[in-house]
Amino acid sequence: MARLARLALTEEEKDRYTTQLGQILGYVEKLSQLNTENIPPTSHVLPLSNVWREDKLEPSTSESLGSPEDILSNAPDREGPLFKVKKVIE
Amino acid sequence: MSFTSLTATEIARKVKSKEFKAEAIATAYLDRIKALDPKIKAFNEVFTDRALKQARDVDAKIAKGETVGPLAGVPIAIKDNMLIRGEHCTCSSKILEGFVGTYDATVIRKLRAAGAVFLGRTNLDEFAMGSSTENSAFHTTRNPWDVTRIPGGSSGGSAAAVASRMAPLALGSDTGGSIRQPAALCGILGFKPTYGLVSRFGLIAFASSLDQIGPFATTAEDTALLLQVIAGYDDRDSTSVNQPVPDYSAILGKSLKGLRIGLPKEYFITGMDPQVDKAVREAVKVLQSLGATTHEISLPHTDHGLAVYYVLAPSEASSNLSRFDGVRYGRRAKDVKNLLELYEKSRGEGFGPEVKRRIMIGTYALSSGYYDAYYAKAQKVRTLVKKDFDEAFKMVDMIATPTTPSTAFKIGEKSADPMQMYLSDIFTISCNLAGLPGLSLPCGFSSDKLPIGLQLLGRPFEEGTLLSAAHHYEQTQQWNKEAPKVAV
Repeated sequence: MARLARLALTEEEKDRYTTQLGQILGYVEKLSQLNTENIPPTSHVLPLSNVWREDKLEPSTSESLGSPEDILSNAPDREGPLFKVKKVIE
Repeated sequence: MSFTSLTATEIARKVKSKEFKAEAIATAYLDRIKALDPKIKAFNEVFTDRALKQARDVDAKIAKGETVGPLAGVPIAIKDNMLIRGEHCTCSSKILEGFVGTYDATVIRKLRAAGAVFLGRTNLDEFAMGSSTENSAFHTTRNPWDVTRIPGGSSGGSAAAVASRMAPLALGSDTGGSIRQPAALCGILGFKPTYGLVSRFGLIAFASSLDQIGPFATTAEDTALLLQVIAGYDDRDSTSVNQPVPDYSAILGKSLKGLRIGLPKEYFITGMDPQVDKAVREAVKVLQSLGATTHEISLPHTDHGLAVYYVLAPSEASSNLSRFDGVRYGRRAKDVKNLLELYEKSRGEGFGPEVKRRIMIGTYALSSGYYDAYYAKAQKVRTLVKKDFDEAFKMVDMIATPTTPSTAFKIGEKSADPMQMYLSDIFTISCNLAGLPGLSLPCGFSSDKLPIGLQLLGRPFEEGTLLSAAHHYEQTQQWNKEAPKVAV
């Protein structure tokens, strides 16, 4: 699970979480007691689906969601206007 | 009289009428924070200079005769998971180290327009996952009524700030009780609005189908005042509901005559603190004396609600928190060999234990082999929980319950056992699953002087009913008027 969730764990953490997750999953097991045949799922409570807006280009500025420079200045590493990471393809 | 004993409504009125300067009000609150917060630890950061500047701007507008908003000069504390342009936002997590908001959340934009003064960012359980603030990566906030106890969570910093009168108002967010539970444990009002009433744009998401932003205050009138400012449609939140917002202050005075209150038998259980049970029942009697009638009802899937929540909330969280990968913002692990290791180490080092637990539970519940047994099953049971409320609201107009099964627990008492901690949310979770409005208000103290909360649940978008019940109740008692005496 840690691998799937992209979490590096220590050995001590692995032991602890294995026990704790077992307890939590044991608790939620009680859902299987209920018969839910013919019950539709609820993903959220509003009578809304697929809320669209017009596909219109708007510049991102300091007055709206932040200028590109505002956003890049949060990056742990960058090169010019790009986010910088380790080589992806060997 | 001191400035810090005024309500937000009084502050706004007196600033507008030029009786007081907004700057003097802000100074009084900042001084109080300076004196008390080393003991309470409600704030992650205090915006001293910016708050004073905002206050002076309000004063300048008033001096020039310009119109000012309904919160002119009213100081407010903001939970540290909502973006304020130019300010740090951390979610009390190491993974957001150094992150600065590049825009204002919609609630912040609305507060600015209303003339509010931002005092600072308040502590929370990391990414709002927890019930005590003990999961904060920075520090545990103290309950102002007893500093050896937790203030509740996850919005514990906001609740403690208002309870100790370091702020007249605060914003929190509530996914499974994170506004109502700390409000109850700190002896103030806390309101989770109907899902879709308040925009979530700029709130760092935990569980998107459950999260709502809401107010903390010391009176129903102040709660209504703040809710009025932050409520309303926003085209930047696709789950924001496009309908007119009622005038809550006009509804406050509405008589309770004929109001039908349901008492769900599943919420008055054995094992609950008898003092909580007694205080809540007495509060219900007061509401009866004001003209309401009471009816025993049943919400049969209450017990399963907690299990539904601990599948759905972690599932949504595991998806939402995948954006914290050390690439575009926040903390990046050093000395990594490749991109995968960068993700794994940045997340492994940056997230605390509770966040990791929930991400893994969610990842598990959403994984292909277990999706039907956990996630899909929980969504179906969520329908049953919601149906319970639909049925109940055919017979009653409002539901009254205790907010929590006990008063504030000791720091460290439950932190070693996640399941014990989860059970403390048992009475607040169903409200989020069903998307209902839920208000917690003070209704008494235990023998060791710890606050007790009454929870009122209403039909979707009937916030006004809950506020008027709270307002009438307040006129008959003193619970919300007493402030804790924090020894400095």
